[in-house]
Amino acid sequence: MHAFNYHRAGSLAEAATLAGKGEAKLLAGGQSLVQAMKLRLASPSDLIDLGKLKELQGIKSDGKSVTIGAMTRHAEVEHSAEVKKAIPALAALAGMIGDRQVRAMGTCGGSIANSDPAADYPAAVLALNATITTNKGKYEADKFFTGLYETALKPGEIITSVSFQVPKRAAYMKFKNPASRFAIVGVFVADFGTGGSNAVRVAVTGAGPCVFRQADMEKALSAKFAPEAAAGVKQKKEGLNTDLHASAEYRAHLVTVMAKRAVEAALK
Amino acid sequence: MAVKISMKVNGKAVTAEVEDRTLLVTFIREHLRLTGTHVGCDTAQCGACTVDMDGRAVKSCAFLAMQAEGASITTIEGVAKPDGTLHPMQAAFKENHGLQCGFCTPGMVMNAIDFARGNPNPTEQQIREALDGNLCRCTGYHNIVKSIAAGAKAMAAGK
Repeated sequence: MHAFNYHRAGSLAEAATLAGKGEAKLLAGGQSLVQAMKLRLASPSDLIDLGKLKELQGIKSDGKSVTIGAMTRHAEVEHSAEVKKAIPALAALAGMIGDRQVRAMGTCGGSIANSDPAADYPAAVLALNATITTNKGKYEADKFFTGLYETALKPGEIITSVSFQVPKRAAYMKFKNPASRFAIVGVFVADFGTGGSNAVRVAVTGAGPCVFRQADMEKALSAKFAPEAAAGVKQKKEGLNTDLHASAEYRAHLVTVMAKRAVEAALK
Repeated sequence: MAVKISMKVNGKAVTAEVEDRTLLVTFIREHLRLTGTHVGCDTAQCGACTVDMDGRAVKSCAFLAMQAEGASITTIEGVAKPDGTLHPMQAAFKENHGLQCGFCTPGMVMNAIDFARGNPNPTEQQIREALDGNLCRCTGYHNIVKSIAAGAKAMAAGK
């Protein structure tokens, strides 16, 4: 990888100041960024390590929401008794990321800030109508992910925590690439049990350039939360990804299949 | 630019000056000359570089040495007893023919030890899932799975 200057942030304020300079990048667990740097896909001038900031770590649950500190590792979320109790689908999602060594290092905030088109966390953020808190303010989930590896974050802005709303029932189903463990298609279905036409949120990752909500499926599942309701909605292939792993058409088909399985799992 | 780094490796305090971009595995192999930790893919997939950091198995090629500042690291050289008695997981790999060429074995053993601490009596399915991040190109995994089952049992029995 290209040379850079390493900085260990001693406080959030210091991290923000350093991150605003030149081509600086924030370093969370490094499980995506360091690999990208080794391949010279990323060559930051400075790396600001958030690893020692205790205020960015930890999990809190108050019955209505589960708040995860940005530097909380996937393994902590996967094994958290609080998360398992409040949103078992979220703990399960964390346990499906990469492999156990990657989960010991990778972080919730890092995953969300990276906005990888095949990452798992963005699906939970959208489906569980999460609020992303930064050192500068808050973002609604629907306004956060803006494109391929793009978010609404501004230079020097640092995610501090993510609050996921507790649904009545939810599940995440992922058709994973057997080599990378990234989602070829992942669908997160959440039923908030509020009745009405917007009771259910459905988020799709891996299929398109950026995580997105499947509005037709949300409508069908809000009317009737049943596997056949999801199975009756076809995803359009236009705009979906085609690569060596799967064509857009195949991914479109998988969206329906994974959504149906997610509803089945949520009903169990 | 050089940065100063301190950590504990296999129980010994180490301090060094390294380049900012030094990976943990580079520090372990090239600075400390502990070459039991291997570099297989260098892309965070194969797990040959797995070491234990503060009680968790991690891929040492996948992050910077500076991220391990102040940490306690155990490599494959640090798991046997000082008199050379193998760790129960190492012994289980030996007894169950859990290796052929041996290249992936240090990473397999380091991941397996961490896994077995939290899963004293794992099912075959759990073991296979725990091996998601470790690739072996010789064995077909069968004897590795058997080794980990036996090693976990031996660790739980305090052997």
